[in-house]
Amino acid sequence: MGEACKVEVIGVSKIFRREGKNVIALGEADFQVEEGRFVSIIGPSGCGKSTLFNIMAGLMPPTTGDVLVDGKSIVCKAGTVGYMLQKDLLLPWRTILDNIILGLEVRGVPKRQAVRRALPLMERYGLGGFEEHYPNELSGGMRQRAALLRTILYDRDILLLDEPFGALDAQTRFSMQNWLLDIWKDFGKTVLFVTHDIDEAIYLSDDIYVFSPRPGRVRAKITVTIERPRKPEDMTTPQFMELKHHLLDLLAEGRVPAEGIS
Amino acid sequence: MVSPNEKSIYVIHSVESRTADPESEENGLIADDSEETGEKKRRGRIVAGRILVAVFLFAGWELFTRIGWMDPYYWSRPSEIFRTAWVQFAEGTLLRDVAYTAGSTLLGFLTGTLTGALLGLSFWWSKTYAGISEPFLIVLNALPKLALGPVLVILFGIGFFSKAVLAFLMTVVASALSAYGGVKSVDPALETLMVSLGAKRRQVFSKVVVPWSMPWIISSLRINIALALAGAIVGEFISSEQGVGRMIIYAGTILDINLVWVGVFVLSILSMLMYWGVVLLEKWLSRRLAVVPT
Repeated sequence: MGEACKVEVIGVSKIFRREGKNVIALGEADFQVEEGRFVSIIGPSGCGKSTLFNIMAGLMPPTTGDVLVDGKSIVCKAGTVGYMLQKDLLLPWRTILDNIILGLEVRGVPKRQAVRRALPLMERYGLGGFEEHYPNELSGGMRQRAALLRTILYDRDILLLDEPFGALDAQTRFSMQNWLLDIWKDFGKTVLFVTHDIDEAIYLSDDIYVFSPRPGRVRAKITVTIERPRKPEDMTTPQFMELKHHLLDLLAEGRVPAEGIS
Repeated sequence: MVSPNEKSIYVIHSVESRTADPESEENGLIADDSEETGEKKRRGRIVAGRILVAVFLFAGWELFTRIGWMDPYYWSRPSEIFRTAWVQFAEGTLLRDVAYTAGSTLLGFLTGTLTGALLGLSFWWSKTYAGISEPFLIVLNALPKLALGPVLVILFGIGFFSKAVLAFLMTVVASALSAYGGVKSVDPALETLMVSLGAKRRQVFSKVVVPWSMPWIISSLRINIALALAGAIVGEFISSEQGVGRMIIYAGTILDINLVWVGVFVLSILSMLMYWGVVLLEKWLSRRLAVVPT
């Protein structure tokens, strides 16, 4: 199995020192993701999901363990995966188009070429006509689209999405989920997706990893077998509800003792 | 969906959609329109009021000095000042003096603001370097730079250069502190984003730190132009062969009150013009850099 894996997270943990005390942000995480899968990570707040992503994005070293992509370690190598944070982080002084090509610009791709690659994507994924607008002129959903297109255009095999729709209202969120599924289908990327929303995790994912509360560990792996392409009606089937119950139970299991301690 | 024998957990109400009343919409448009013309009228009244106040001030000044309520020996009077100004422009050196003062002010302002901005931005590169420099910057900012005027004249001579240096000193520290304020407020998440895109520090600096700090730098321009002018004038007061400041001092020593007033008015006009110039510069910079007004 090791060779078919796109991403391998091996015994990754992170311990911070705060005021002389060791704080375990992430207890050893182990999992593998196969190429082209859509994998969600759910867990209570503070279970180290974002820490894990920061390590996988090469922004900080793990205390122990290793992260392999295609069998090679990417620890502390920023820029090997596409990383999208919860905030859209569009630069307010740049137009949407200039924001979307930021990753290419950083990599040294000539502007004209970058624009040529960006325009059809913007047209196709609902940002046509907004090229010359500034981020403050766009709605939250549109800004999030722009941020995701920036990550897509950066053109890495793996996308880490850290609660990308967390700040959106329910309806926008739902249309963005379908939009994301379209993009995922078209580009065949391997996606790791952090969310708090169980419905969202089930609706989008092939696999769901449930993390336990701090120190975070992988508590369970669940494979969602709902057929693709998925439809909004799938969210109201008994199977969906059953799975949702199961996930709620898993999350609740972790929560009770944790609250008892703190 | 719900069979009658099952207990339903929801009830569906039918809601009639209200059609929009076209007439009321039209009324709304008319109301908007009248609001706009009202706004225009108000603006007209404001401008007229301003002109009226100015006319009253000058007419009162002229009148009171003529009927003796104000001593024309100190206060001169608008008609006299205007005549003296006319003579100075036509036959004297007033234009040359204005150009001299404006030149040293602008040179000091531009070099001071630019140097200060670069200095402030440079603090992003090293927290150690910034930490060492900060208290010195604050002390320099508190130091009354005009008090250095005599030293500067001795150092740089009584010519154009010493005035420009004083104007430079007046602006450089304030500008550096503004730019540093901008640097300190950069959203760390944006830096994280850049690093996650594989950006080098140089790229983070040029693509995030500099544009982020621009509003801070721009906001220091308006204050700086006034400070630079004050620096140039004080430089001329201390010792100079040309300039409006020198003209005022000269007129004061020979008790030519009219000429003093001419100098004051010319400096006011120069100051206003440069202020407007800076406002235009601000607008242009903001547009160019797409600085979002906050």
